[in-house]
Amino acid sequence: MTMGSTSAAPEEPISAPDEAPEYHLPPREWVKENLFNSKLNTVLTIVFGVLIAVVLFRATRFLFFTGRWEIVQVNLANYMVGRFPRGELHRIWIAVFIIASAAGMGSGISARRQRAEGIEPNRVASLKRAAPALLGLLVILSLTRTITPTLLVLTSFAIGAGGYVLGQRLPQKVGRRQWLLYLAAGALAYMALTQFGGVGYGSWGGLLLTLFVAAAAIVISFPFGVLLALGRRSSFPVVRIVCVAYIEMIRGVPLITLLFMSAQTLGFFLPPGMTRPQLITRGLVAFVLFAAAYVAEIVRGGLQSVPKGQTEAANALGLTPIKVTFLIVLPQALRNVIPALVGQFISLTKDTALLTFLAVVEILGVAQLVTSQPGFQGQGLQAEALTFAAFLFWIICYSMSRASQRLEKRLGVGER
Amino acid sequence: MTAVEQEPGYRDQTRPPLWRDVRVLRVVGQVVFLVLVGLVLWFLWSNFTTNARRTGLTTTFDFLNRPAGVDIRDSDFRPTQPVRDAIGVGLLNTVRVSIVGIALATILGIIIGVGRLSTNWLVRKSAAVYVETLRNIPVLLWIIFIYTAVILKLPAINNAAEWLGLTVFSNRGLVIPWGEGTGNVNAFLAALAVAFILAVAVGAWRTRRFDATGEPHHRVLWGTGVILLLGAAAYVALGAPVEPTVPLRDGRVVQGGIQLGPEYAALLIALVIYTASHIAEIVRGSIQAVPKGQTEAAQAIALTGFQRLRFVVLPQAFRIMVPPLANQYLNLTKNSSLALFIGYFDLTRVTQQAIANGNPAPQLILILMGCYLFLSLTISLFANIVNRSLALETR
Repeated sequence: MTMGSTSAAPEEPISAPDEAPEYHLPPREWVKENLFNSKLNTVLTIVFGVLIAVVLFRATRFLFFTGRWEIVQVNLANYMVGRFPRGELHRIWIAVFIIASAAGMGSGISARRQRAEGIEPNRVASLKRAAPALLGLLVILSLTRTITPTLLVLTSFAIGAGGYVLGQRLPQKVGRRQWLLYLAAGALAYMALTQFGGVGYGSWGGLLLTLFVAAAAIVISFPFGVLLALGRRSSFPVVRIVCVAYIEMIRGVPLITLLFMSAQTLGFFLPPGMTRPQLITRGLVAFVLFAAAYVAEIVRGGLQSVPKGQTEAANALGLTPIKVTFLIVLPQALRNVIPALVGQFISLTKDTALLTFLAVVEILGVAQLVTSQPGFQGQGLQAEALTFAAFLFWIICYSMSRASQRLEKRLGVGER
Repeated sequence: MTAVEQEPGYRDQTRPPLWRDVRVLRVVGQVVFLVLVGLVLWFLWSNFTTNARRTGLTTTFDFLNRPAGVDIRDSDFRPTQPVRDAIGVGLLNTVRVSIVGIALATILGIIIGVGRLSTNWLVRKSAAVYVETLRNIPVLLWIIFIYTAVILKLPAINNAAEWLGLTVFSNRGLVIPWGEGTGNVNAFLAALAVAFILAVAVGAWRTRRFDATGEPHHRVLWGTGVILLLGAAAYVALGAPVEPTVPLRDGRVVQGGIQLGPEYAALLIALVIYTASHIAEIVRGSIQAVPKGQTEAAQAIALTGFQRLRFVVLPQAFRIMVPPLANQYLNLTKNSSLALFIGYFDLTRVTQQAIANGNPAPQLILILMGCYLFLSLTISLFANIVNRSLALETR
């Protein structure tokens, strides 16, 4: 941990930073201090007070009185899984259970490591962090019309808790490879959905498809991104030029043009006679091409943050260039870029909305389609349908961005 | 002499065999890489030509001169004009929404970013809620939401919202007050340009004066004065070349003002509010990134609150701000391609229409990408110039 530091500080376990001393002003004083401490602030408080009151009033009226949420209630399953065959829904729950157990195990492992480092898990803070996700879950469950989903969600919570307990007991060696655990869980969940007579991703939709495309794009593009980043920093000019050209070209054009290309012209670049891949695959190709360039730039930032002394020391030990890269530089670089990668994952999740262009029904596609259903056509329910889609996106992206902020703090990026 | 014979030359002794010589390996490695890349490209190209021949797709760019057959709303474009011109109109529309969007998003973003650092609790929290709501929802959803659930839900034209007699908002678009040019408007614009150049020159003169004598330079005051004075003189001399017009609705017809079509208005509003949330975060981050010692030092030499901000904090924050800000401008320009989904005729939409009318897709998409690359590079170029002029002069 104290790599590179020359100070002779004793190696104490790192303790959680002290919270700023909290002192509560009496309400009167607090109001005076925070709302009316100057003439300008008094005016601002009044103006904003009125504005917020109006917005809150209209939002409450829409959410609880004028909004007609039957359209969401009836189509909840469509929002979640799209055209996924309703007879196969149990597969989705199995996948949820697998992910829940992995998430539980992962947090169990982290909690134990933190305890070993002398940090007691802060339950209040964890609950606060999970609040948006829990809120989302509550809203979704409140829109269901049977009790089964609620019971199944509770079951997955129980499974997650079981995973947490197990994670705390796992040997420490296993804990070091946490990312392998998540990757394995993702692969298992994918198999549960598609294998053994399951449903290929061609008939997925809604939230399931959004998360799948974002996750698949980041996972598949990651190795390419790393290679591109290494290529961009290569001492071979030819390699460098090719990598820079690719990265800058992709970053210079909008994602929609890549989707366009993938949709309209992918067939032209495949060997004659090969069947054209299905729409989602074509979309995925565009997403991977796109994400690789952005991941490459993130990884490049990480590579630049590794002190030169590391490479020099490794060279002095007589390691080959490949060993220097993969054993010394990359592990340190990748550790630094995890928060930025989460950020990229968030923006990919938002970008999946563009899949509507390919007539693929992810969340936004569902929101647009349901307003033209026989029962709801021509009733002007776009606001309700789109608001719910926006809410789903918000829950996912907001929770993840909070998580990445926390990761950033915990990894101490930029503080070493 | 015998010593030399016993120890052969340094080079001969340590020259490694060819397959371990770094100098040879470097060349071989790059050649191999180049061959691999070439093979992949050749594979794609040969597939393309075979498929094109099989399906009868033209591989030339002759189609650019054929009639486009595209009907572009809100423009003088005729469907009989060639594809080349249609792309030009699309590019112009993209630029039109991007430039206005960038200007408005910057203003809104700075206001919200500063609001996040306000001492007023209410202002601070509302700014935070704005940022967290806006930026965690896809911009495409904002565009579609504002188009279908806000603009198209505005009242019909015959009972449009008319606020203070200045606006006519209806589901046919927004009409706002504007200036209308008469015959001399070009001369007036030229006069303004001259005034601007003069103002810059006066600013430079004030700077020299300040460097030589130390008297306050008041560059901004002098420059604004020159522009206002010359502008007013030209306005009077040319006989009021620009007149403000206010939209007036008579039944279903609106006269005066400037009309923003519903698609343009929705796209612009969505891009502005979404990008502003990102710009606000950049502004806040940059101000907070200025070391605290700077503010404290400014306090110690008794600068007032405004002076601290104007002369110490903001100049330093601005330097940090430029690269990420340029990135957001790029994003806004690229996101304007989402106009496709609501039918505003930007570059992407025009290209899509042209492809739908039977023009070859690969070439058109290549042109489309080229246009966006050109726009991106232009913005990057400007950003680099600004960045270089602001960079700290260190060795």
